[in-house]
Amino acid sequence: MQPSLSFFSGFTPNDLWFLAEAALRTLWISALSISIGTVLGAIFGWILYEGKLTATLTLAPVLDVFRSVPLIIQLVLFYNFAPIVGLDLDPFASGVVILTIYTAALVANVARGGIEAVGLPMRRAARSLGMTYWQDLRHVVLPIGGRAVFPAWVGVALGVMKDSALVSVLGYVELLKASQILITRTQEPFLILTLAGAFYFALSYPVSRFAASLERKWAQ
Amino acid sequence: MFDYNFHWRPVMKSLPDLIDAAFLTLQVAVLAMILGIVIGLGLALVRMHLRGLPRWLASSWVELARNTPALFQLFFFGFGLGAFGLHLSPYIIVLAGLTFNCAGYLAENFRGGFQAVPDTQIRAARSLGMTAWQAYSRIVIPQVFRIVYHPITNQMVWAVLMSSLGMLVGFRELSGETQFFASRTFRIFEYFAVTAVIYYVIVKLILLGSRLLAARLFRY
Repeated sequence: MQPSLSFFSGFTPNDLWFLAEAALRTLWISALSISIGTVLGAIFGWILYEGKLTATLTLAPVLDVFRSVPLIIQLVLFYNFAPIVGLDLDPFASGVVILTIYTAALVANVARGGIEAVGLPMRRAARSLGMTYWQDLRHVVLPIGGRAVFPAWVGVALGVMKDSALVSVLGYVELLKASQILITRTQEPFLILTLAGAFYFALSYPVSRFAASLERKWAQ
Repeated sequence: MFDYNFHWRPVMKSLPDLIDAAFLTLQVAVLAMILGIVIGLGLALVRMHLRGLPRWLASSWVELARNTPALFQLFFFGFGLGAFGLHLSPYIIVLAGLTFNCAGYLAENFRGGFQAVPDTQIRAARSLGMTAWQAYSRIVIPQVFRIVYHPITNQMVWAVLMSSLGMLVGFRELSGETQFFASRTFRIFEYFAVTAVIYYVIVKLILLGSRLLAARLFRY
């Protein structure tokens, strides 16, 4: 007997591979945006700390916009804005640009908090010992301030990893978009969503627990 | 470079509809926050005072809400429950997803708030002749409220921003409505630019309102 033709077919091992590839894409776009965004955010944070009035009047409001407009709107806006100024960006590139700026806007505040966490007496002491400004920044502020805000930074990084799911709105097939595609075909939403959710959870939960335990340890 | 003609007229014509949609966004966010605060408080208390299954369930809720993307949670209420024949309207999907997420995040804030009030204060209140209820409502809760006030404000902002995901489950709040108009007129950039401004204004109004309220509430 001939098997009946159907638009729908069950969940096959191949689909698992499809999901795994999509998960890698999620990891790739997150890792890229988080690493560039962190460096950029640290620089912004330093500018916000040192620049005082000029920075508060220029950089701070700009960064604030990225924290006050939904990420999904930023993505759609930028994706449609790029061609207007003659940039030819694919969904991946647009996603990386916006996620990077978004990360930087969040990290800037964290970084400024980190610099503020290092007391002025300590920094004066460093300078009195003959360190240059940059040596002070590199050998005193970075280790001490970095340690103070590391848990907060982990929170930001995990948040961006989860928010990278929104790049799917531009058509980039990351994990959640892939799940959606598979759900449409296999009609097995529960199984597929559980797999996707388990991936995010398995990534985020241990890291957040680790950060929390570090925070407790350092607080002592 | 600017080989593009901006057409703002259609956007201006549908501005009243967008404003209406903005109120729908606000409505969903406020409802989700009220439900989230009640449930979050319950989750925090269960996690602190009970053992066994209730505690495990509360912890699972909190960890799932915090460690998976909000979009995943919306999809789960959307397609995931569909697997069990439970088809919710877009409004309910967004409300349920936001409430689930907010409750999880707020529960952690409440727990931190409760832990910040030392046990000795309750014992002191009890030994002054207060009942347990009096000790809680007059000594503990006012202090906890002060500690969690700022995180609650932040969560309210997040709820507004997160409700934009409604666009992806077919809910016509501000983002969904914008998407609807944009795809009808192909003025995608213009529509989303105006929507971004509306979101920014909403967020700023919430922060301003919260600050004014705080000045009134925490005078002493």
